[in-house]
Amino acid sequence: MNTKLAITRPVNWNKIEDAIDLDVWNRLTSNFWLPEKVPLSNDIQSWETLKPNEQLLTMRVFTGLTLLDTIQGTVGAAALLPDAITPHEEAVITNIAFMESVHAKSYSSVFSTLCSTDEIEQAFRWSEENPYLQKKAEIVLGYYRGDDPLKRKVASTLLESFLFYSGFYLPMYWSSRAKLTNTADLIRLIIRDEAIHGYYIGYKFQQTYNQESQARKDEIKQYAYDLLLELYENEIKYTADLYDELGLTSDVKKFLHYNANKALMNLGFEALFPKDDCEVSAAILSALSPNADENHDFFSGSGSSYVMGKHESTTDDDWDF
Amino acid sequence: MFDIVYFSSTSENTKRFVEKLGIKSTRIPLFAKEVEDFEVEKPSILVLPTYGGGEDKRAVPKQVIKFLNNPANRAKIAGVVALGNTNFGETYCIAGDIVSEKLNVPLLYRVEILGTPDDVIEVKERIQKLWNARQN
Repeated sequence: MNTKLAITRPVNWNKIEDAIDLDVWNRLTSNFWLPEKVPLSNDIQSWETLKPNEQLLTMRVFTGLTLLDTIQGTVGAAALLPDAITPHEEAVITNIAFMESVHAKSYSSVFSTLCSTDEIEQAFRWSEENPYLQKKAEIVLGYYRGDDPLKRKVASTLLESFLFYSGFYLPMYWSSRAKLTNTADLIRLIIRDEAIHGYYIGYKFQQTYNQESQARKDEIKQYAYDLLLELYENEIKYTADLYDELGLTSDVKKFLHYNANKALMNLGFEALFPKDDCEVSAAILSALSPNADENHDFFSGSGSSYVMGKHESTTDDDWDF
Repeated sequence: MFDIVYFSSTSENTKRFVEKLGIKSTRIPLFAKEVEDFEVEKPSILVLPTYGGGEDKRAVPKQVIKFLNNPANRAKIAGVVALGNTNFGETYCIAGDIVSEKLNVPLLYRVEILGTPDDVIEVKERIQKLWNARQN
C-alpha cells in the first residue's frame, strides 16, 4: 500500500478547496447516530414469530453485513486515506470509517437483543466459513491492497453501493410484512449513510478520472464493469445459498441489479442492467422509500394524481428557509 | 417550448441528466453571490438535486433558494424535476416536493442519481405535455 505521509499541513476548515468536502462533512455529522437510540428490544416478540430457519437466515445475513462493515471501517478507509486530494477529504474519510465501525457494532446490538450467545457464535462461525462471503471479502481486499488509487475507489464504491444489498434485502422484506420493524429502522439509518459514502467516494473517483488520458479512462471503465461482473457472479451464488429456501432468490436478484446500476451511476457510469431486470417488488421498494413509486403521471387523472391548482403568488417570506 | 433551468454541484450529476434531455438549458451559478444577478427570461422547468441525508430544510441547495428568492424567477417556473436517491427513504427527492409545493407547480418526475434512458424519455414527454396543456 502507498505509505506516503499525508499529514504535511494542518486542516484549515476556513479555507475550503472543495465545497463538496464541507457539504458532505455537514451531512454526515448531522446524521450521526448510535444503535442504542433504536428501541430494538421492541422486536423481541416479533422475532419469536419467525420460524427457526427464518431466524437462522436473518442471523447469517447480519454476520455477512458485519464482515463487510468491518472491512470498510478498517482496511477500506485506510486504503483511501493516502489518496486524499484535500486535507478536508481526509477528515471526511475518517468520519466514514468511524461510522462503518458503528454499523458493524449495530448488528451486534441486534444479536444481543434477539439471540443467545450460542446462536451468535454459530452465526459468526458460519460467516468465517461461507465460501461466497469469504470470496466477496477476498476480492475487495485484494483491490484495496493493490497500488492503483482509482481502482481502490472503484472497489470501495462497489462495496458501499452494491455488495451490501443482498443483505439489506432481508430486513426490508421483514419490514414489509410488519416484522422486526425496529431492526429495519436501524438498517434504514445504515442505508442512508451508505448512500452518502457511495456518492462521496464516487465523486472523488470522478475528480481524478476526468483528468486522465482517454486510454487510461478506457482501462479504468473496463475494470469497473469487469469487477462489478466478477462480484455479481459471486453475489448470485451467495444470494441463492441464503434465499433459495424461502423462495426469495429471484426478487433479491432484481434488487441486486437495481443497486448495481446505482453503484455504477455513483461512479459516473451508465447503468448496466435493463429496467425489466430491476423491477424490485413494490413492497420492498416501499419499505425502503415510501414515495419511490410515486412517479405517476399527473395528466393521466388516475390514482392520487396531481390537481392543477389556481396560481397564487408566494411572498418573499415563503422563501426564507 | 419551455427552457430548462437547473442547479448542479461540482459532482455534475444533474448537469449530465439535463444534457441528455436535449432542451435549451441554463445553469444556476455555483457561487451564491453570482445568483443575485441571474435571471431566467422564458417559462422554464426547474431541475434540481436533493441534498439528501441532512436536515430536511437543507435538502434544497442554497443556490436554488437564492434563485427563487427573486420573484421574477419564481414566476417563470412552470414545473419541477427532482433528482435523489431512494436510500434516503421518505426524504427521497424531497427538494422537488418542497419547491413544487411552495411554487404551486407540478413535480413532474423523480430521477435516481444520473437517471436511465427510460427516465430521459419520460421526462421529455412530460415536459412536452405540460407545454401543450399551457397552449390550450
